Amino acid sequence: MNIILEVKNLTVRLNGEDVLVDLSFNVYDGEVLAILGPNGAGKTTLLKALLGIVPYEGVVKWREEVRIGYVPQRLPFIKDVPLSVKEFFQLKNASENEGEKILKSIGLGKEILKKKIGDLSSGQFQRILIGWALALDPDVLLFDEPLAGIDVGGQESIYNFLERLKETRNLTILFVTHELSVVYRLADRVLCLNKRMLCSGAPKEMLTPEALSNLYANLVKFYQHKH
Amino acid sequence: MNQFLLSLLSGIFIGGAAGFLGSLMLPKRMSLAAGPLGHLALPGIALALIYGLDISLGAFPFVILGIVLIYFFERKTKLPTEALTAVVFATGVAVAFFFLPIEQAEAALVGDISRIQFNDAIFSITLCILIIFIIKAIYSNMILINISEDLAKSQKIHVERYNLVYLLLIALIVALGVKVVGGLLTAAIVAIPAATSRNLAKNLAQYKFLSLSFGILSSAAGIIISHLTLLPAGPLIIVSSTFLFLISTIFKR
Repeated sequence: MNIILEVKNLTVRLNGEDVLVDLSFNVYDGEVLAILGPNGAGKTTLLKALLGIVPYEGVVKWREEVRIGYVPQRLPFIKDVPLSVKEFFQLKNASENEGEKILKSIGLGKEILKKKIGDLSSGQFQRILIGWALALDPDVLLFDEPLAGIDVGGQESIYNFLERLKETRNLTILFVTHELSVVYRLADRVLCLNKRMLCSGAPKEMLTPEALSNLYANLVKFYQHKH
Repeated sequence: MNQFLLSLLSGIFIGGAAGFLGSLMLPKRMSLAAGPLGHLALPGIALALIYGLDISLGAFPFVILGIVLIYFFERKTKLPTEALTAVVFATGVAVAFFFLPIEQAEAALVGDISRIQFNDAIFSITLCILIIFIIKAIYSNMILINISEDLAKSQKIHVERYNLVYLLLIALIVALGVKVVGGLLTAAIVAIPAATSRNLAKNLAQYKFLSLSFGILSSAAGIIISHLTLLPAGPLIIVSSTFLFLISTIFKR
């Protein structure tokens, strides 16, 4: 399989504190990779380092001319602007045609294009965010907490949607989560992360009770250390 | 050219450009920023009045100086921006009063567009047209930056470069704005039209268009009423703008 991303000795230090220490891994074309870890493990920072929006040491090497779509965890400021769904897509220079095509693929009708972003339900908004990242045909999707802030009913439909996405597009997906169930359902491979990389491999082999207690024991130690 | 028409045209262009830029400042929570910047331009305005220069020309370097000082103090002291802004702008007002010619204080504080010279007017209008085009060009990406700098950076947008252009535009609008509404009222010409527009707009296209229109409309109304009543135009522009805002609150969706 072709390597689409190569990460070597990646270290991120923010405000004098180590957020990520010495990560090395490869991502292969078409793979769905989950990055699992407790809160504060540096998962979001890892995505930002991969996008080149936080400073880092080490090597982050994407395949040349790779197109990346990014789905951030939250966009709290988006409601400060009166913005229709159509206009949100236009911010990415996506044509109306492209917008409609994307909406169809994320299971939303084109009547939603006229709606104000602020009037969408959380599930609809999450889909629009994914749709936005998918516009203009990216090769890779970086996805921060796919299920955060979505009610149980909505979660199921996001699951189904991501499963279908995996089947229908030749897309490499990297997603970050603290929920095991998502990893089991969607990922080909999982990285366990708590500032350092603690495991890497197929979810069923990697997520043994031992590995998990290791991942979360670190967290406990970390708290004990702090207080 | 008729003096009234000259001031009306200049006012319309400056008001429109200010309203348009204000629509970018509102979601960034920077609507008030033009206030302190206008205040600290006062020493520059005073100097311009003493030496008979165009007051925008006097104001501009002081606005830039103010932005640089706030930026510098922020990095050096890590104090909140608003505290530093208070320090810098109050100093501006204080210093201005040492040498502001008192018979011209009104022009400095609340503006005087009614006596604008032909050359100044042409210069201001040209600059406003340029500013409007630049705002139009950066608008989409600025909105994306307002929504999320990370998302914007993931689109390979040079956020710092855009923010710099945006700050320069604010400085230019403040320098032009003091001509119309003086050092005291600059916050209002950027803040009120955007707020009014925000009350009514269903989408971004309407929001942009209405911000620009309300800026134009309130400037025109203020200058026309001033011509009829001989009251100062600057305060009348602000009051007209507030009047439109009040009406918009009734229709707020």
